[in-house]
Amino acid sequence: MSAVQTAELVETHEVVEVAASKRVRLISGSALVVVGLLCLLGFGLGSHAGYDARFELSPPGARVHVPALVLPARITAIVLGAVVVALGLWRIARGGSRRAMHWIIGVSIVAVVLSFLCWSLTGTKGTSLDLLGLLQQTIFLAVPLILGALAGVLCERSGVINVAIEGQMLAGAFAGALIGTVVHNTGAGIVAALIAGALIGALLAVFAIRYLVNQVVLGVVINVLVLGLTGYVYDALMARDQNTYNTPPGLHAISVPGLSDIPILGPLLFQQNAIVYAMYVLVIVIDVALFRSRWGLRTRAVGEHPRAADTVGIRVRRTRFVNVVVGGLVAGLGGASLTIGSALPFGKNMTNGKGFIALAAVIFGRWSPRGAVGAALLFGFADALQNVLSFIGTPVAIPSQFLAMLPYLATILAVAGLVGRVRAPAADGEPYVGR
Amino acid sequence: MSDTPVAEVASSSPAGAPPSRARRTAIWLRSTHPVVLTVFAFVASIVVGGILIVITDTPTRNAAKYFFSSPGDTFSKAWHAVSQAYITLFEGAVFDPHTAFKGSFWYALNPLSETLLNATPLILGGLAVGLAFRAGLFNIGAQGQLIFGAIFAGYVGFAWHLPVVIHVIVALIAGVVGGGLWGGLSGWLKARTGAHEVITTIMLNYVAVYLLGYLLTENGFKRSGSNQAISRVVDSNARLPKLFPEPLRVHTGLIVALLAAATVAWLLNRSKLGFQLRAVGTNQFAARTAGMDVGRNYVVTMVLSGALAGLAGCSQILGTVSSITQDIDAGIGFTAITVALLGRAQPWPTVLAGLLYGAFQAGGVTMQSRTGTPIDLVNVLQSIIVLFIAAPALVSAIFRLRGAADTSGQQLAKGWNG
Repeated sequence: MSAVQTAELVETHEVVEVAASKRVRLISGSALVVVGLLCLLGFGLGSHAGYDARFELSPPGARVHVPALVLPARITAIVLGAVVVALGLWRIARGGSRRAMHWIIGVSIVAVVLSFLCWSLTGTKGTSLDLLGLLQQTIFLAVPLILGALAGVLCERSGVINVAIEGQMLAGAFAGALIGTVVHNTGAGIVAALIAGALIGALLAVFAIRYLVNQVVLGVVINVLVLGLTGYVYDALMARDQNTYNTPPGLHAISVPGLSDIPILGPLLFQQNAIVYAMYVLVIVIDVALFRSRWGLRTRAVGEHPRAADTVGIRVRRTRFVNVVVGGLVAGLGGASLTIGSALPFGKNMTNGKGFIALAAVIFGRWSPRGAVGAALLFGFADALQNVLSFIGTPVAIPSQFLAMLPYLATILAVAGLVGRVRAPAADGEPYVGR
Repeated sequence: MSDTPVAEVASSSPAGAPPSRARRTAIWLRSTHPVVLTVFAFVASIVVGGILIVITDTPTRNAAKYFFSSPGDTFSKAWHAVSQAYITLFEGAVFDPHTAFKGSFWYALNPLSETLLNATPLILGGLAVGLAFRAGLFNIGAQGQLIFGAIFAGYVGFAWHLPVVIHVIVALIAGVVGGGLWGGLSGWLKARTGAHEVITTIMLNYVAVYLLGYLLTENGFKRSGSNQAISRVVDSNARLPKLFPEPLRVHTGLIVALLAAATVAWLLNRSKLGFQLRAVGTNQFAARTAGMDVGRNYVVTMVLSGALAGLAGCSQILGTVSSITQDIDAGIGFTAITVALLGRAQPWPTVLAGLLYGAFQAGGVTMQSRTGTPIDLVNVLQSIIVLFIAAPALVSAIFRLRGAADTSGQQLAKGWNG
């Protein structure tokens, strides 16, 4: 932090594409080398020789059948580990821009994961991994995370910290299940979820923007409030008469004609329900609008330097209010994906920390929609992997808890600056009082 | 409760002849003094809770179907539901005429004992969060630190075998160390890398939860022969002794909590360290200019805060329950934040806030078992009180109080980069 302050004191302005300093390169490069070596030694040499890693890539009844990918497990794991080591060495020697670092990290993550999968398949002979199923599960688990993370990005880019994503999602899941069941209509349930999320967003906005309450504290308190409210109504009403109040209708998967026949991508992306398609649209719209539209420019201005924004006539508090409410709306949709989206009844504390993983995704993705989506997918994958690994007998049993920890550990490493510095919008969390 | 009620009132009254006593009281009642504010927030939460009870009460809803032919019916049913819920809440927390005379004298004190029992970890957790507040840090990680304290204390409690008195002291120290380490990690990360403590403490909460989940599957930690995720039982030597005879469950953890409050009060107001801590909390740049080591302060604060949360864990595992389960935290970590807010981050008010919320918890159990009103109502009441406390301007507006918004005890928000 001291670095940040001194930077402010001497008023250095960051140039757009600055080469990473030697120290940063050394740290990040050697971290990669260590990871690569661990991968090479652990997964490569740790796996039994002579096993094939077999990855299924298409569902049983697919129109276009994709043959399974068969790799020699040990060699593949070693090669992938070596790739990561090489990337690390290249980072130390040649450096590279920030953009290059994004690619390096992306490739390294894929390499490490693949070599891990190769290793995991050498436990028992003849096991194969349904890679497509794993990826489908990833998308399924990532949908609420992505929507929650988008909500976080919307709020925090405009300068309001949103720790209440959890509460907004929980309210969405709750209202979706309750209203969806009572009206017996998925559409009504989704609308109710959106409204519930937006209401919690409005609560956050009013207290944060109008009453200047500390936003972190506020988020925590709102989470407790929503947990209490939904838990109360669940016990008092829904649990006593599940048929009348808590059997929400589910959304059906819709195949997009044409696109759904594309091998791998088709079954993965284009045989989903309406919420997932809405999510695609939201991801693209928010990512484009935030950096290319008038609204996006204003939002970022208000989040970075509200006084300057005010000076040029942008209404700071209104912009923030709108953004926080819209964020709540999006998080509410994320909540709806848990109940209506998967035809599941509401349960007490159903989100169970998903809102906080979404918050982690926002931070890990450096407050950009693209980054947040990537992080959410990664966290969803870690979650899906847990389920799959419990079915395959890995050479050494891996406690599922350690995989569950990964998102949180990754986020701590990210904010600690091990993967380059993570910087929030400058005015994030600071209420604007006006002149 | 707080520092200067008299001065505040005096300054707000018109100059000249001193107003009469009654007039002074009237002015005070309309001021935004913390006590007044708390009372109004309490009233508001009771009203909101009552509305919630009425909406979800089945007899009331049935009566509402013929509201226009007999509106009185709806109101009497609603009144019945609300009053029953709040009466049993009171009975569970303070005095219960149904059970008071059913046994020895001690039975009459049982509700109060339950209140104190529930208040003990809340006080300790509230002190933990409050201490960090005063140093300008948001410790959202009381949950994780409590879990770590419980893991350490519990492990010493069931794996080691030491003589009476010594065992419980060693276990307490272990809990303090465990919580302190987990809290200190966030402080160290902030001092070294600038990682915001809110983010790291939230994330470390979940790491602790999953670590505990893993430990509960490991032999040596897990109770052998049990299919459930439950740890071995803490030795009787390591348990915090009960304060009173059966059936009262309140234990010496309460004494520990009060001692901790006294220590924190001394630390903050009388010691050099406390002065530095508050200086950094008020203005870290000024503190740095004055030659204080801000980074070191962060680490020390978080270690102390974590240690207090660790003590809350001790109170749970060595006092209230006897073996660790996944639910050892029981929501205390997050309730502690609301306790600290209600106590305005000052030690003795935090004790009072802990007692109030402990009473809520104790009463909630009785309320749920007698009237079927879910205990989650307590969460709602607690969070609404804090929402109102945190926004004095809102309470002033609703109840038409005078005086400017008073935000003492909390800083105005600061961001992730702060």
